[in-house]
Amino acid sequence: MSKAESTETTVEDGVIQSVSGPVVSARDLDARMNDVVYVGDEGLMGEVIEIEGNITTVQVYEETSGVGPGEPVENTGEPLSVDLGPGMLDAIYDGVQRPLDVLEGKMESPYLDRGVDAPGIDLEKEWEFEPTVEVGDEVGRGDVVGVVEETVTIDHKVMVPPDALEEGETTEVTAIEAGSFDVTETVAELANGTDVSMHQEWPVREARPTVEKRTPRQPLVSGQRILDGLFPIAKGGTAAIPGPFGSGKTVTQHQLAKYADADIIVYVGCGERGNEMTEVIEDFPELEDPANGNPLMARTSLIANTSNMPVAARESCIYTGITIAEYYRDMGYDVALMADSTSRWAEAMREISSRLEEMPGEEGYPAYLAARLAQFYERAGYFENVNGTEGSVSAIGAVSPPGGDFSEPVTQNTLRIVKTFWALDADLAERRHFPSINWNESYSLYKDQLDPWFEEHVEEDWAEKRQWAVDILDEETELQEIVQLVGKDALPDDQQLTLEVARYLREAYLQQNAFHPVDTFCPPEKTYLMLTTIETFHDEAFDALEAGVPVEDIVDTEAAPRINRIGVQEDYEEYIEDLKSAIADELRSLY
Amino acid sequence: MKEYQTITEISGPLVYAEVDEAIGYDEIVEIETAQGETLRGQVLESSEGVVAIQVFEGTSGIDQNASVRFLGETMKMPVTEDLLGRVLDGSGRPIDGGPEIVPEERQDIVGAAINPYSREYPEEFIETGVSAIDGMNTLVRGQKLPIFSSSGQPHSELAMQIARQASVPEEEGDDEEDEEGSEFAVIFGAMGITQEEANEFMEDFERTGALERSVVFMNLADDPAVERTVTPRMVLTTAEYLAFEKDYHVLVILTDMTNYCEALREIGAAREEVPGRRGYPGYMYTDLAQLYERAGRIEGREGSVTQIPILTMPGDDDTHPIPDLTGYITEGQIYVDPDLNSQGLQPPVNVLPSLSRLMDDGIGEGLTRADHADLKDQMFAAYAEGEDLRDLVNIVGREALSDLDNKYLDFADRFEAEFIDQGFDTNRDIEETLDLGWELVSMLPKDALNRIDEEFIEEYYHEDDSEQQVVESAD
Repeated sequence: MSKAESTETTVEDGVIQSVSGPVVSARDLDARMNDVVYVGDEGLMGEVIEIEGNITTVQVYEETSGVGPGEPVENTGEPLSVDLGPGMLDAIYDGVQRPLDVLEGKMESPYLDRGVDAPGIDLEKEWEFEPTVEVGDEVGRGDVVGVVEETVTIDHKVMVPPDALEEGETTEVTAIEAGSFDVTETVAELANGTDVSMHQEWPVREARPTVEKRTPRQPLVSGQRILDGLFPIAKGGTAAIPGPFGSGKTVTQHQLAKYADADIIVYVGCGERGNEMTEVIEDFPELEDPANGNPLMARTSLIANTSNMPVAARESCIYTGITIAEYYRDMGYDVALMADSTSRWAEAMREISSRLEEMPGEEGYPAYLAARLAQFYERAGYFENVNGTEGSVSAIGAVSPPGGDFSEPVTQNTLRIVKTFWALDADLAERRHFPSINWNESYSLYKDQLDPWFEEHVEEDWAEKRQWAVDILDEETELQEIVQLVGKDALPDDQQLTLEVARYLREAYLQQNAFHPVDTFCPPEKTYLMLTTIETFHDEAFDALEAGVPVEDIVDTEAAPRINRIGVQEDYEEYIEDLKSAIADELRSLY
Repeated sequence: MKEYQTITEISGPLVYAEVDEAIGYDEIVEIETAQGETLRGQVLESSEGVVAIQVFEGTSGIDQNASVRFLGETMKMPVTEDLLGRVLDGSGRPIDGGPEIVPEERQDIVGAAINPYSREYPEEFIETGVSAIDGMNTLVRGQKLPIFSSSGQPHSELAMQIARQASVPEEEGDDEEDEEGSEFAVIFGAMGITQEEANEFMEDFERTGALERSVVFMNLADDPAVERTVTPRMVLTTAEYLAFEKDYHVLVILTDMTNYCEALREIGAAREEVPGRRGYPGYMYTDLAQLYERAGRIEGREGSVTQIPILTMPGDDDTHPIPDLTGYITEGQIYVDPDLNSQGLQPPVNVLPSLSRLMDDGIGEGLTRADHADLKDQMFAAYAEGEDLRDLVNIVGREALSDLDNKYLDFADRFEAEFIDQGFDTNRDIEETLDLGWELVSMLPKDALNRIDEEFIEEYYHEDDSEQQVVESAD
């Protein structure tokens, strides 16, 4: 149930029978699965997860110290839902959509107290409503009846709730007016008796309806060379970033949240570090949206359920996030959702499951782990919405495999679903090669369907150039094995030169400094030009070698090392132009 | 308060008792044995009619006639500023023969989660005087940075060196008198370490006069294992009180987290829980997070809690669940390396796998020095390169390598001998550390310094050294 309707009638009270951490059993509670209940004298929020005879088992979203048998359990009769409406952007929530800034005020403490509730969106704030339909117009489910300016970047579209009408059915607008309204007030009346307000509720475990899932054909441009250049993700695509600790999962997720060309970002910090969320909260309002220069927070909704916050709320935060994402998708926006980390989510499931004494599957995870992961990622996609618009939800999940071992259940089950795999590598991270995405192990199954976009918008031979780079890197991997045995100088000249080219690919192209003001974001045009610069060096160098120039002299030129500085150039076009001719001139002067 | 003589089952550290009233989860229990001994415990599971109690001191001596009293409240730590200078046992009772502690407040030891919205992002550099940390893996106030070590390594010496030397540079200049002793506090939580190890710490505290600004909690190897599960919570409750209510900058040293986790496993096994990896409970991540996440800064409060937990990795294996889960929660880690230790390096820190996640925001202009980030990246890359080449040298010999490769090898050697191996008693300030770094990278030719901005190369690169190197290698 949603906290917006706080005067909910209670269905039937039960009595606590036992308490074990976040799992509470109650007697005589009349409840359905997934109903939200309030537990104990303090009214801690929980959700029904098992019913057996007269005993109902509840997972509680708050700390249960001091709660004992005999205390009451109240049922709200509603499933766990989120409040949808203007005000979700530029907000920071816990796992059950309680705004953390509001909680701080209500609790008057920097610590999270128990039993305090708050609606997900401000119910009193007034928004300037601008109708987009007139009295007499026919509207169907999901249709937009007006807009409010939610933030400087985003117009929030007010829609007819999808459950107000049957599929295909339409009805007439009988009243609608511009003006200032709060989210609970009616802004439009429909002939079938529906009052449309800016506020909707939706149960988090249920996907919002759509017409059809389409094949995504546009890339989610991230400004990260290795992603855009080698392993692109589509708008509406799915990706996994697995890696051991310290390999840069969170930095990669942050980079995507900052620079991906989505309209809306939903960032779910699931069971991760408090300080990292604080960094996002402090940085994002100051950072500029690369698309329009507005503050980044204006397009961002944050969900922070840090590792020390209650484990049951960690289980639900992923659902809260994707439901918010789907709501903006329904408005026709491209939404990108980052979940950091899905392993913590899976562990929360495992913890609850073991408290329920369910039969464990692999490594103690519940047998339904694979099904839950699939359900989550399937809610991503490029959709035709019920109101005829098109929108997308891209889901990017970090995975934290124990010991960095990708054969564990969460990584494996995720890989069976997602189509982009960015494998982080501890060895690369150790030598501070960032982003430490391993180019041999990673893949993207979207490459072919996205190439036409890159060829149209960047350059015709985008795909060929990428293949060239991949071939050189593959060759390097093979050569490195030999070098490990006999040393570099024992290789023939042409292979030594290939290693040199590959080194530029690794150091200049694949590495990118997230902390450098210019290098942190690399538009696809620059990504492309950088590759062609390295290719110029490759071609000129091999010409020189053929003309009899010793490989030592080719390697020891002055112009080529400037390739490493392309990343930090703001006026890269001119720099690259100069550099290409400098490389050619210098190498040609050798023969 | 009702007293029960209804114990039905005793198993390992757990006691089950029948009750006829509602008992809260996590409540504190006192058990009086027939011999008149009073033991303390905590409610682990509360059902109608029966509760499971975890007994801190162990269950020996308890029989079915023992009486059980429920205190009606969860575990509390009596806190006051007077705790500074005191030595307590693992449950927070004084063992130094000093006066009774008169608490100002009694705080719940479980500790509520800090609202991420109320946190302040840590970015204040702490100068530890250890180059391997300051230069390469900088510690900042409010960070949690564990030391990953293994048995027989000098991790304690490193922790003591940090506790002794840690300071924040800009404060030293003006108000040294004022700052010293009044602002900075060390809280030391020993969990299952030996008496000898504990003595080393105590002697060091006494020798350097650090004890008066410290609070020491001692749960030794022969103290009850279950008590270990409350010791760190006592420690952190005290730390939070001193930091956020009394404005101290608190450095918390917890040693050894491995013993803490073993105690968790013991309780889990006694409760017949479904075990997770290697028999550790499935909720160990959450449990550890509830400790480590108590580090940090809070907006509008002066103080900070910085944590340096020490853990010994069983078999020096960092994929073991304890270091693995820890690494996923903490903001980096410092590796103490057995090979470097056997080479006699002090401190034997292996910087390559070590990491400080908060470093990038804690260094640079105005904090340390503008060239710090670039220099550090270059040193990492050069040292990694040198390390790689060492394997190769074993096969093909130094002569088969190029000039540049030989320089990388020399760099790696000098980096260990000069930069890392500074001794446990040397306190280097950040300028010294960075200057030494430049001296080392200047062994490499300028155009090999691809991680450093040209401006800084201009300013700091030692031209002479490099020429000298060239002459030498030409000979």
